[in-house]
Amino acid sequence: MQCEKCGKNPAVIHLTQIVNHEMSTRHLCDSCAAEMGLDSGTTAGPAPLTDFLAQMGKGMGAGSGVQVGECEFCGLTLTDFKRTGRLGCPHCYAHFDQHLRGLLRKLHGGTQHMGKVYLAPDPRETDRTARVASLRRSLARAVEAEDFERAAVLRDQIRRVDVAE
Amino acid sequence: MRDVKTPPEGGLDWLDAEGPQADIVLSTRVRLARNLQGYRFGLRATEPDRRAVLHLAREAAEATDSLREGVAIAIPSLDSTQRQLLLERHLVSRELVEGGGGKPPSHGALILGERDGVSVMVNEEDHLRLQGLVSGFRLRDAWGLVDRLDEELGGRLPFAFHAEFGYLTSCPTNVGTGLRASVLIHLPGLVLTQEIGKVLQGISQVGLTFRGLYGEGSEVVGNFFQISNQTTLGKTEEDLVDHLQRIVQQVVQYEMQARTVLLRDAPTVIEDKVWRAYGLLRHARSISFEEVMNLLSGVRLGVGLKLLPGLSVYSLNRIMIFTQAAHLEQMAGGVLPEGEVDVYRAAYVRRVLAQEGDPSPEGDDGELPK
Repeated sequence: MQCEKCGKNPAVIHLTQIVNHEMSTRHLCDSCAAEMGLDSGTTAGPAPLTDFLAQMGKGMGAGSGVQVGECEFCGLTLTDFKRTGRLGCPHCYAHFDQHLRGLLRKLHGGTQHMGKVYLAPDPRETDRTARVASLRRSLARAVEAEDFERAAVLRDQIRRVDVAE
Repeated sequence: MRDVKTPPEGGLDWLDAEGPQADIVLSTRVRLARNLQGYRFGLRATEPDRRAVLHLAREAAEATDSLREGVAIAIPSLDSTQRQLLLERHLVSRELVEGGGGKPPSHGALILGERDGVSVMVNEEDHLRLQGLVSGFRLRDAWGLVDRLDEELGGRLPFAFHAEFGYLTSCPTNVGTGLRASVLIHLPGLVLTQEIGKVLQGISQVGLTFRGLYGEGSEVVGNFFQISNQTTLGKTEEDLVDHLQRIVQQVVQYEMQARTVLLRDAPTVIEDKVWRAYGLLRHARSISFEEVMNLLSGVRLGVGLKLLPGLSVYSLNRIMIFTQAAHLEQMAGGVLPEGEVDVYRAAYVRRVLAQEGDPSPEGDDGELPK
């Protein structure tokens, strides 16, 4: 099969792609593929999140006008975050929370975690309550789904948290 | 927990094709991202941070039922072939073995459970990436495995958790549950009937995302796709898993319908495609990995349609893994010269298929149709 671009060299690269939900295959020779910037190696480049952040520009939620400086634990600045799309430490979330809320709403449709509640090895009372509530929700679901094996596991977990009181 | 440099054979349980619908859904994975309080993560993590995290993670892992009998692999101590091997087995991410600049990040490690498909990546983008990887279409099982591991580790490590944002992660796209559930699915029927675009569009519209396997970005190889949840915050873990379960089940239905249509409307075309694919794999003397994947798609379809009796899906899965570069190198006992890799690959495939025996239907002696 000949390269579909130059028609001269044999096609050695067959690239199947999905773009805009359309699947297509291109048959290219080495030089045409290189010309088009198609690299069979790993493609480096900014993560998709950074494109997203760039698009959101300076208007990243209500806190965008607020000067917030760098995270006191890891030194991350808002500029760093917009460039890399990554936060630097657990404290960043509290430090940049106003800026993050808008982003999280866009990414996930909300900001409130509804899943498992973590209980630290040395928990406070409020942590324990939240934890038991979360476990009880999961238990109700398991029973409803007749997944009794999982229900038994969850019952044990609830017992363990309550007993520690 | 032993320290090793290569994964024991057990690291390939997920290939065993025992799980339900294993010819269409090759494997299921559920991953949880976790970080420790008091340490920087991801790009900001310093060498002391990473060293401390690894130490704490190992200590905690030693005390868990899931991991105490397993093995620990220190990534920076591996040579590039050994690292590539882990990547090819889908046990680690490219991030863990290459980081941002082609070198593995310091103190990166993989802790593999003895059985069951649980493992933990340490010092990747997040401090811990817990993974449950099983064969076939078994989201509940994979979730159960990784949830239990999360409970065991969480009881011994100070996870970074926020009352509003949930489990804290390096990238905001993972925050909350930190859960990424995905399936590896083979959809040749939908590709052949050209309905794949519609199906993938539908997937995107219900909060899921997909990508081709092996390819970079939008590239698809061998009609294999990875479908996973996109959001991680605002729903329970069970909701996320159930949602993916429902949608993937639908996709499997569509794939089976497409295959039925193909068999009904173009049986000769399909048979020819399947048998040509088998013929090439069985007899080629030199073959690229990409060609193996594309031909495997035809053969796997053939097995699913019962056109190639006696050929096991497990063997096809093994071919998919073992025809990759580092695996071939390991088999050959060293780096193969430029032109010989494809030849060696072809020989390996011929050997596996020869051991499977001849799937030709009895009496396939080219009898002329009446």
